[in-house]
Amino acid sequence: MVEVKVKDKDIVVPGEILADGMGYVPGVGTYREGEAIVSERVGVVSIDGRAIKLIPLSGRYLPKRGDTILCQVVDVTMNGWRLETNSAYQAMLSLKEATSEFIARGADLRKFYDLGDYLVCKVSNVTSQMLVDVMMKGPGLRKLNGGRVISVNCNKVPRIIGKHGSMVSLIKEASGCQIIVGQNGLVWMQGNPEGELLAVRTIRMIETESHITGLTNRIKDFLEKTTGKTLEIRMEQ
Amino acid sequence: MTYERRIDGRKFDEIRPMEAKVGVIKRADGSAMFRFGNTIAYAAVYGPRNLYPKFLQDPAQGILRCYYNMMPFSSSGERVRPGGSRRSKEISMVTEKALKTVLNLKEYPNSVVDVFIELPQTEAGSRCAGICAASMALADAGLIMKDMVSAISVGRVDDKVVVDLDYSEESYDGIVADIPIAYLPTLGKITLLQMDGIVPKKMLIDALQQGIKACQKISEVQKKALKQKYVLEGVEDVQ
Amino acid sequence: MYSELRSQVLKLLSVHTRLDGRKPHEYRKPMKVEYGVVKTAEGSAKVTIGETEVIAGVKLEIMSPYPDTPDEGSIMVGVELLPLSSPEFEPGPPSIRAVELARVVDRGIRESKAIDFKSLCLEKGEKAWMIVIDICTFNDAGNLFDASALAALAAIKNTKFPELVDGKIVYKEKTDQGIDVQEEPISVTVLKIGDHFIIDPDNEEELVAEARLTVALMSNGQLCALQKGGDSALTLDDISKMIDLAAEGSKTLRGLL
Repeated sequence: MVEVKVKDKDIVVPGEILADGMGYVPGVGTYREGEAIVSERVGVVSIDGRAIKLIPLSGRYLPKRGDTILCQVVDVTMNGWRLETNSAYQAMLSLKEATSEFIARGADLRKFYDLGDYLVCKVSNVTSQMLVDVMMKGPGLRKLNGGRVISVNCNKVPRIIGKHGSMVSLIKEASGCQIIVGQNGLVWMQGNPEGELLAVRTIRMIETESHITGLTNRIKDFLEKTTGKTLEIRMEQ
Repeated sequence: MTYERRIDGRKFDEIRPMEAKVGVIKRADGSAMFRFGNTIAYAAVYGPRNLYPKFLQDPAQGILRCYYNMMPFSSSGERVRPGGSRRSKEISMVTEKALKTVLNLKEYPNSVVDVFIELPQTEAGSRCAGICAASMALADAGLIMKDMVSAISVGRVDDKVVVDLDYSEESYDGIVADIPIAYLPTLGKITLLQMDGIVPKKMLIDALQQGIKACQKISEVQKKALKQKYVLEGVEDVQ
Repeated sequence: MYSELRSQVLKLLSVHTRLDGRKPHEYRKPMKVEYGVVKTAEGSAKVTIGETEVIAGVKLEIMSPYPDTPDEGSIMVGVELLPLSSPEFEPGPPSIRAVELARVVDRGIRESKAIDFKSLCLEKGEKAWMIVIDICTFNDAGNLFDASALAALAAIKNTKFPELVDGKIVYKEKTDQGIDVQEEPISVTVLKIGDHFIIDPDNEEELVAEARLTVALMSNGQLCALQKGGDSALTLDDISKMIDLAAEGSKTLRGLL
């Protein structure tokens, strides 16, 4: 007898029995106990065919190869920079991955990236012991000048970006800000003071409401009401 | 002597009024409040985060550290001197053990998850309230956990098995035993077991069975509070 | 380390706004004082300023009066920067921040003569009340100074003496007698960032400020305690401006009591 005890999009907590019987397969955020599938974190149920998985609602960032993240320089070493990644682990940016500019032997590395600078990096390697390497060579990877950085729940990053970037471009258009969203939950924005404040407010709204359906339209309505502009939901490529 | 009626009028298996809330400490990665009657516990989780000094790190998995602390004004008697005691050290340790078995920190080698339990007001059962709050805070922090952890103190007063002893029962003039337990409601296992007092084995098993029933009720309160965080007033679900 | 943040804060202040959209002289919301939040204390209060939350609790003890003031009781203030309230706080003995905070709160109450220490005497040279005020931080979102001082005063106002039987305190029995509060000192902390002055700082503003002045004000507008913090020096003109700003801010806080 196979029995599913939850519905798609239900919010569940650790230890909840999601399904009984071997007809279903445990996916991410779940495990099998006897014949049951049990949740192992707070999350939103997603049933895809015979697989049951959870989409997490909370939790700190865990560095993953290929992610584009925002980092802050916290130290400069012999052969590169040590960066804070908004996770339990710091990352190393080595000299040869740092810039396409020529760095002379013995040069003062702080002239390139100084303590406190925010950098858009790509995670190039993560070891089993969570030693993290990042690089700065690639499109969009750069040092950020000015603007402000806020920290958000990294699990909400996909919703802040939206389908093909639709949400973030909506916020950009309404606020007149440049916005960069790191997978690690740090968001950089730059614009005029009111625009930045509007972007922050909107992002906070997405953070708290993203698990409730109809988010995009709600955000669009909010931004239109606040700015008086007519906005269009667009996909970015 | 027989204990016919509980001092505060509760049924023998009745838990004091419970209250639970999640997300009570904004700066924490996860947080919760849990109350049994006049005993209130707050728990905040920070992490997984960097762990220094380095020799404390475990390269195989993240470590869990729990701190139990009574606020100076949390006792109805004399002021509790800040800075911890042998009692609070021991409770921190057993709390850690009660929670650790459900956590999976393999993805977080060399890091630490810190759990801070603070009691602003106590009247018996504080370690159990602390464990209830801490387990909710860990779940709220998004950690991988096999089950929730619920805790309650059971015991005997004279010849009666009672659930959730309060202060007047702990200090009752007669035979009293106090048995705090923590229980995993889905996996059906006990992760905290202590006892002060004299109890025959049969009575102990009876008390544990009642404790397990109580923990199942507690876990419903914990679950509800965890879900309540995501119910937003004034936001329409257009599903 | 915080140069980017600092230039952002300065840029906003130059157009009279802050990271959260507030004006430089505006307190956060919500702001409230809740009395009697801890039943085990003889008096207690919780103060909320924006996301900052602190609880103060009063426990009463019997002390032997100090030899030079045999007819007086006393007060003691402790601050616990609970590690639960911020990722920056660690368990262990009180940090210098906690000690400074406790001493500044203590000074505001003591020097304003908020409590008549003579009224705490039970038996000259032998016994007097000691009012122990412990302040615990719940969530540190900045401005712990103002929140702590306010919570301490509110907890004192909320205090009821317990019964005394044979010179011993029976904590379970409270009387309806409160502490005679003769003055209500209000502490307001002003930060200097560049050429700007702000009140009620959040965490980020505290990181980038170069100087801090905590001013304790009595109800008649006189000053009763000061504490300068931060690494930079202040001019006389700065100090004058900061005191004026504190006086203005104190009205808002006083209104909460």
